[in-house]
Amino acid sequence: MNGAACSLSALRIGERGRVRPGSPDHPAFQRLLAIGLLPGTSVQVVQVAPLGDPVEIEFNGMRLSLRKADAAAVEVDRAD
Amino acid sequence: MAKTPTLSSSVLRVALVGNPNTGKTTLFNRLTGARQKIGNYPGVTVEKKSGTWECGGRRVELVDLPGAYSLAASSPDERVSFDFLTGHLAGEPAPDAVICVVDASNLVRNLFLASQIADLGLPLVIALNMSDAAEKAGIRVDAQLLSRHLGVPVVRTVATKGEGIDALEKAVNRAVDERACMAQVPWPEAVGRAVSYLRDGLEKEGVRPLADGELRRVVFDRQSAVLERAGIPPGFDPAPLLSASRDILTAAGIQPLSAEALLRYEHIGHLTAGTIEFPEKRKRSWTERIDAVLTHRVWGLVIFVAMMFVVFQSIYTWAGPFMGWIEEAVASVQSLVAPLLDNWPVLQSLVIDGVIGGVGGVVVFLPQILILFFFVSLLEDTGYMARGAFLMDKMFGWCGLNGKSFVPMLSSYACAIPGVLATRTIEDPRARLTTILVSPLMSCSARLPVYVLMIGAFIEPSYGAGVAGFTLFAMHFVGLAVAVPVAWALNKFVLGTRPQPFLLEMPPYRAPRFRDILWRMWERAREFLVRAGTVIVAMTIIIWALVYFPRPESVREKIEASAVAGSPAQTDRRVDAAYIEQSYLARAGRLVQPLFAPAGFDWKITVGVLASFPAREVIIATLGTIYGIGSDVDEESGDLRTTLASDRWTEGPRAGQPVFNVPVALAIMVFFALCLQCGATVAVMAKESNWGWALFAFAYMTLLAWAGAVLTYQVGTRFLAS
Ligand SMILES: Nc1nc2c(ncn2[C@@H]2O[C@H](COP(=O)(O)OP(=O)(O)O)[C@@H](O)[C@H]2O)c(=O)[nH]1
Repeated sequence: MNGAACSLSALRIGERGRVRPGSPDHPAFQRLLAIGLLPGTSVQVVQVAPLGDPVEIEFNGMRLSLRKADAAAVEVDRAD
Repeated sequence: MAKTPTLSSSVLRVALVGNPNTGKTTLFNRLTGARQKIGNYPGVTVEKKSGTWECGGRRVELVDLPGAYSLAASSPDERVSFDFLTGHLAGEPAPDAVICVVDASNLVRNLFLASQIADLGLPLVIALNMSDAAEKAGIRVDAQLLSRHLGVPVVRTVATKGEGIDALEKAVNRAVDERACMAQVPWPEAVGRAVSYLRDGLEKEGVRPLADGELRRVVFDRQSAVLERAGIPPGFDPAPLLSASRDILTAAGIQPLSAEALLRYEHIGHLTAGTIEFPEKRKRSWTERIDAVLTHRVWGLVIFVAMMFVVFQSIYTWAGPFMGWIEEAVASVQSLVAPLLDNWPVLQSLVIDGVIGGVGGVVVFLPQILILFFFVSLLEDTGYMARGAFLMDKMFGWCGLNGKSFVPMLSSYACAIPGVLATRTIEDPRARLTTILVSPLMSCSARLPVYVLMIGAFIEPSYGAGVAGFTLFAMHFVGLAVAVPVAWALNKFVLGTRPQPFLLEMPPYRAPRFRDILWRMWERAREFLVRAGTVIVAMTIIIWALVYFPRPESVREKIEASAVAGSPAQTDRRVDAAYIEQSYLARAGRLVQPLFAPAGFDWKITVGVLASFPAREVIIATLGTIYGIGSDVDEESGDLRTTLASDRWTEGPRAGQPVFNVPVALAIMVFFALCLQCGATVAVMAKESNWGWALFAFAYMTLLAWAGAVLTYQVGTRFLAS
């Protein structure tokens, strides 16, 4: 069921993943945790902006726009 | 007997906090109505909004803190909130209670902030807002049960309809009287050890004692402003102490930087267990359906461009008639008042040109401000603003701006004043400052008369309508083309801080409420009048004095004596021209003319340029006066065009040649395109950032304008036959 681990920024539109414990060194790490993007959370990429960045994700009923550089702070297990 | 702060006669202080998009502003307006005050916290550029609220017989000073997801003091907004709540802002005692506004549809995430407030030991009330929307989506929250679990009152509210206000009043009174604090996270014992280790270490170094809640912030937050503020004695580096206390956590198997979020969310999970009921089957929501179109890579962009076109067109064209009426009204007041002061010419000129002219110069911006804020409020309240920022972020992000810079920059094409005011929608302080600093480079509508005059007089006759049109377009493009590298350079070399993560919530789409929109328009307009208006009037009066004085009678007498021929009106115009020629401003103009010589400007153009620093549109009237055709000329005036075209150098290397030719006209236009010749904008920038940045912007744009004009003239004379 669980696919390979990858960065959230690598998911394509419509793909889902489950958040893995991330790297605390990333500048966006604490902010993303504070809004509830915790390990185990299911997250979906719903849209990518016209120029390829930022991406719009959805988790726990929240829609969030974040830059790929920040999305790279989040490791996910790609779900099929 | 000691006085307690909860006596019903004294004023209570209550803070309003909440995540963005929870309806906090709406609730604040509901509770305080028109009794609001907007100011700044001392020393920071964070806006302080407070108001009085009659709360069940007690008078409350309600302070609206900036919307935030967390109290981790990583942005100025969050830092002010934290300092306010802990009572560490100068002149601001800690509040008696806090109302945390939460979105009932996103309870768990919203309670994160509430739980951080619980740590500070403040009495708390939860306003379960947007309950209507949550219920419609099938989400049910058992407020009573939740209240029992949390240990604080939980009140169901619908801010837009005013539901739950009475219950909220009772709840606040109860929370204050009973000092009802929310259940704290049962921190693992290692957290306690880390905190006491840190406390002991800091105490030994003579740092002011910190509360446990503050110490936990220091341990958990990657970079906490708490320590800075506590006052670190010189020569003491807290880093080793901090990492040793974090090592205590690591040794206990707790990752320090993720500890807070994981432990808090776990605790919130326990507290909310059994209180939320989700719908069995989630429907595809309206927001999802609309977003599929509005953030689409093609349709989203098309719709965005169309909407922005409408916004821009409305500011540009709808405001025109209103501005015309205001100008007419000001002129008729001037002509009404003028005869009353005929016997006191100095006072007459001061009142007419300085005071009334200055006030008129402030009021004339109102139509554009009102129209822009109508759209900004509409875009914000419907939730579209976040989508626009999403679409545009890549274009602006690389040079230190962000997607939200788009609206302010576009608006600045009509007028930089509403544009700069609109930067309030940008949360990231660095991106906001950068946007403020480059917005005045956009070619505002007050530059248009200069372009029309110069193009009509010098470009069109030589090159025809096609080139004239292209020149007009190019002039509007110059500012934008310069703004992007300027923003980049500012970020790289001047601001030099690390970029903040750009996380932007895309709130659900909501129907806007016109009452709220009108309220916001009025709020911004009032603020502009009060805060910037005073500065603008003062500046107008100073410039008036520089143009008016000195005014020796001998100048008039000499001209009147030599006026053998010519009508009295002509004589008057020559007197006016003569007075301007020897005014303090003109003396300054002659003095600095050598600086402008490489741009091809003679002293008259230089005086015109100097006189235009408070407001660029006066260039036309100033040229009219200097050239003795009267000050009521406009840019289409044939008189002015022919006079300019026939003006010749009377001295110097170019004696006998025309003053104006194509390169000079282009240099003038480039100068006006790049220069910050607008006192009102400088005043607004100072209010929105501080005087240092406003003057910095003024300086860099003046330099840029000068360099641009010189370059244009030098290249122009080489390549264009004049
Ligand atoms: N359905 C509903 N909408 C609300 C409620 N409170 C606020 N809103 C709307 O939510 C949007 C955001 O409100 P605002 O007060 O600006 O939120 P803030 O960002 O927390 O200050 C606006 O369109 C409001 O009209 C509510 O209780 N129910």
